[in-house]
Amino acid sequence: MTVNTRVLEWTESDLGVAGTLREVVRAPAPVLSTVGDTVDPTSPDVVRLAADLVATMRVSPGCVGLAAPQVGVGAKVFCVDVSAHPKTRDHHGTFVLCNAEVVSGSRNEKAREGCMSVPDFTGDVKRPSRIVVRGQLPGTGEDVELEAEAFEARALQHEIDHCDGLLFLDRAAGAHAVYARKTYL
Amino acid sequence: MGQVTLHAITVLGHDRPGIIAETTGKLAGLGLNLEDSTMTLLRGHFAMMLVCEGDAADSEIESALAPLTADGSLTVTVREVPTEETQAAEGTSWILSVHGGDRPGIVSAVVGVVAGVGGNITDLTTRLAGDLYLLVAEVDLPPAADVAAVERELASVAAELGVGVSLRAAETDEL
Repeated sequence: MTVNTRVLEWTESDLGVAGTLREVVRAPAPVLSTVGDTVDPTSPDVVRLAADLVATMRVSPGCVGLAAPQVGVGAKVFCVDVSAHPKTRDHHGTFVLCNAEVVSGSRNEKAREGCMSVPDFTGDVKRPSRIVVRGQLPGTGEDVELEAEAFEARALQHEIDHCDGLLFLDRAAGAHAVYARKTYL
Repeated sequence: MGQVTLHAITVLGHDRPGIIAETTGKLAGLGLNLEDSTMTLLRGHFAMMLVCEGDAADSEIESALAPLTADGSLTVTVREVPTEETQAAEGTSWILSVHGGDRPGIVSAVVGVVAGVGGNITDLTTRLAGDLYLLVAEVDLPPAADVAAVERELASVAAELGVGVSLRAAETDEL
């Protein structure tokens, strides 16, 4: 796998604004089931939203990604940072993508997912473990394409799903693949 | 919230299309709210259990569901149950898998090991297909449990039964 150095070098300080904390909404909030709007990645509102997402992710225990619908904004913007997670292999550090989509994926793997917006359930979801994602960086709006694998690939797909109005519950691997959560972070 | 009345309902018997639609339709007609439910086929038999909430008396629910049992192909039970407090487990969560040649006593021997250390099974499926027997369970082990010792005991029990056993951590990827 090749790491995209432009994305790897990106940090939230590139945004030039300090993020403020936003409240994380929970299902069944309608915004979580609504396809997010495509955004202009250079707009000041989107840059502020990007900074807020990173700031909110940072203060949430165990959080490795947060999408705009999770803070009540129906927009295709999310942040990810899996660098500190034990299951991570190659990764791109902290970054925010706008209007992202999965271009290709391979090597399906099943894993149990949890989500801050669905605190009472976990569920088994099958997803490709190697993917190519395309999107735009907030601020400059430059197009980027990156390869991701393992835990970062799963996190990216989970967040892109949020931007498309999908929860892991929508991808449950079967009728008996959703579980009541037993331990909370 | 005021007084909540819960009813546990089971429906068992010959499978055919429409059983769930009829059952839930009757319950909705009584103003009952379906909460947790599970349904599967056990060797081809329809098996559903559910808990619903609402003011109707058990006898009223039984009458409403009576058409389901009229031809003798299904059995329905209705029983008022108390609200159970669900508590967050402090221990660890595991997935237990056992498979091998069918013989009596596999389930009791294996889950006996879990019970012996105070472990709690929160979900269980067993299946028999041809000669192959399969058990998959979600297991909570208490914080004090010696997991390595549990694994050794499971392996020893499994060896006596001539089946394979695995205990894997039920890890959740927090995203």
